[in-house]
Amino acid sequence: MKWLNQNVGSLLELTVAHLALAVPAILLSLVIAVPIGWTAQRLRWARDPALALVGVLYAIPSLPLFVLVPVVLGIGIRSSANAIIVLTVYATAIMVRSAADAFSSVPLEARMSATAIGYSTWHRFWSVDLPLAIPVMLAGLRVVVVSTVSLVTVGSVIGIPSLGTLFTDGFQRGIVAEVAAGLIVTVLIALVLDGICILAGRALTPWARAAEAR
Amino acid sequence: MIEFDRVTKRYADGSPAVADVSFTVPSHKTVVLVGSSGSGKTTLLRMVNRMVDPTSGRVLIDDVDVTTMDPVRLRRSIGYVLQSGGLLPHRTVVENIAIVPRLNGATRPDARERALTMLDTVGLDRDLASRFPAQLSGGQQQRVGVARALASDPNILLMDEPFGAVDPIVRRSLQHELRELQRTLGKTILFVTHDIDEALALADEIIIVAAHGAIAQRGTPTEILTRPANAFVAEFVGVDRPERRLRLADAAGVEVVTDASGRPIGTLER
Ligand SMILES: Nc1ncnc2c1ncn2[C@@H]1O[C@H](COP(=O)(O)OP(=O)(O)OP(=O)(O)O)[C@@H](O)[C@H]1O
Ligand SMILES: [Mg+2]
Repeated sequence: MKWLNQNVGSLLELTVAHLALAVPAILLSLVIAVPIGWTAQRLRWARDPALALVGVLYAIPSLPLFVLVPVVLGIGIRSSANAIIVLTVYATAIMVRSAADAFSSVPLEARMSATAIGYSTWHRFWSVDLPLAIPVMLAGLRVVVVSTVSLVTVGSVIGIPSLGTLFTDGFQRGIVAEVAAGLIVTVLIALVLDGICILAGRALTPWARAAEAR
Repeated sequence: MIEFDRVTKRYADGSPAVADVSFTVPSHKTVVLVGSSGSGKTTLLRMVNRMVDPTSGRVLIDDVDVTTMDPVRLRRSIGYVLQSGGLLPHRTVVENIAIVPRLNGATRPDARERALTMLDTVGLDRDLASRFPAQLSGGQQQRVGVARALASDPNILLMDEPFGAVDPIVRRSLQHELRELQRTLGKTILFVTHDIDEALALADEIIIVAAHGAIAQRGTPTEILTRPANAFVAEFVGVDRPERRLRLADAAGVEVVTDASGRPIGTLER
C-alpha cells in the first residue's frame, strides 16, 4: 500500500504507456488481417499457404524479435515503434486465421443473394461479408487483445516502458508490492479491453441476438 | 423475351451441367423449368443474370447478348428469388427490401416507402418491417424474398425454388398469390422447381428438364398432362398416379370428382 501511495503517478504513466503500445498493435493487426483473411477465403488455394506463413510468424520467440526488428528496420530498440511492430506481428498471426475463419462462416446463401441483387464485390465486402464476419472475428479479436496486453510486458526486459517495467524494477529491487501492482493492473487492462470488445460486438450485431431470442 | 441459344456450361470438374440447350421465355409469360435434382435448372437460371456464364452458346434478353452487359447493372434490373428467400440475415425486413431500390439510386426515404408498399403487395403486415429474417417464419421469409425481387419493378423475375422450404399449405397459398400478382404485374418469369404440381399450378408453359438440361418436353400444363412426349415425362408427371386419374361419381344427385381409388376431391360444376 505504501508503495502504491508513493507511486500512483508512475503507475498511471506506465498504464498509459502500456495502452499506447497495445491498442495500436491490436488495431493494426485487425487492419492487416481483414484483407488477408478475406482474400484467403476468396482464393481457396491461397488459404493454406497464408495460414502456414502466419503460423510460422507466431512460432518466432518474442525476445529475439524485439532485437531483430530494430536491426532490420533501423529504428531504436527502445522505441515505441519497435514494440508496436513486434506486437503487431504476433497479433496479426492470430488475427489472420480468425479473419479467414470469420469470412468462411458467412453463409453462402447470403453472399449469393447479395451478388444476385446486384452488389459489386467491393460493396458486398463492406455491406455483407464484413458485418456477417463480425461474430467469429470478435472471438479472435478477444484472444488478440488479451495476449497482446500481456505480451507488451516482455518489452520491459529490453527497456521499453510499460506495466512490465514494474515487474523488472520490482524484481530487481525486491519490492513485492510493485510486482503485484504491475500484474494486477495488466490483468485489469486486459479485462477492460475485453469488455469493450464484447460491448462493441453487441452494438454491431443486433441481428445475432434477435436470432437467439426467437 | 429471354432466349437460350444452344448454351452449354461445363464447370471446372469436366462433365457438362448443361449441354446444348435452347428455349425461349416469351415476354409476360411464366415458364417453369421442372426436373430432378442436378439436372441443371439453377445453372440455366443463373445464366440469365450472369451469375454463371455459358461455356458456349448465348443467352439473349430482348435480342441483346447478356455477356455484353455489365453484370452488376444487369442483376439490378432483374428480380431474383433464391430458395428459402435468401435474405440478408443482418438486415431488417424493410432494409432487405429497400436494398434493391437503393442500389438503383432511390433515396433512403423513397426506398423505405417503396419497401413498405411491397410488404402490402405480398400480403405481409407492416409490423414485421423492423424484424430480422431470423424472427420470421419460413413462409414470411419467402414472401419478403418475393417482395425484394419485385421492389425495383423489374421486367424479368427469376425464381429458384422460391417456395421450397415451406409446408404444402403455405406453399399452395404462396403459389396462389404469385398467380394473382402475375395477373396484374405481367412479368416475364422463369421459375424453377422440382415439384410438378407447382409447375402445373403456375406455368403458362412447362419445360421438363432431363439430365444435363436436355429438354424432355415443353408445353402448356394441359399438353404436358394429356400428351406426355415419352415415358420419362409420363413418369415424372405421374400420369398414372391415382390422384391424376380422376373419375366422376354420383352422390345423391351431386356430381363428385374422385381419384382413381374413389377418394372424393371436389364437386363438378357445369
Ligand atoms: N459451382 C459449381 N461447380 C461445379 N459443379 C457445379 C456447380 N454448380 C452446379 N454444379 C453441378 O452442375 C450440375 C447441375 O447443377 P444445378 O445446380 O444447375 O442443378 P439443379 O437442377 O438446380 O439441381 P437442384 O434441383 O438440386 O437444385 C450438378 O451436377 C452440379 O453438381
Ligand atoms: Mg437448383
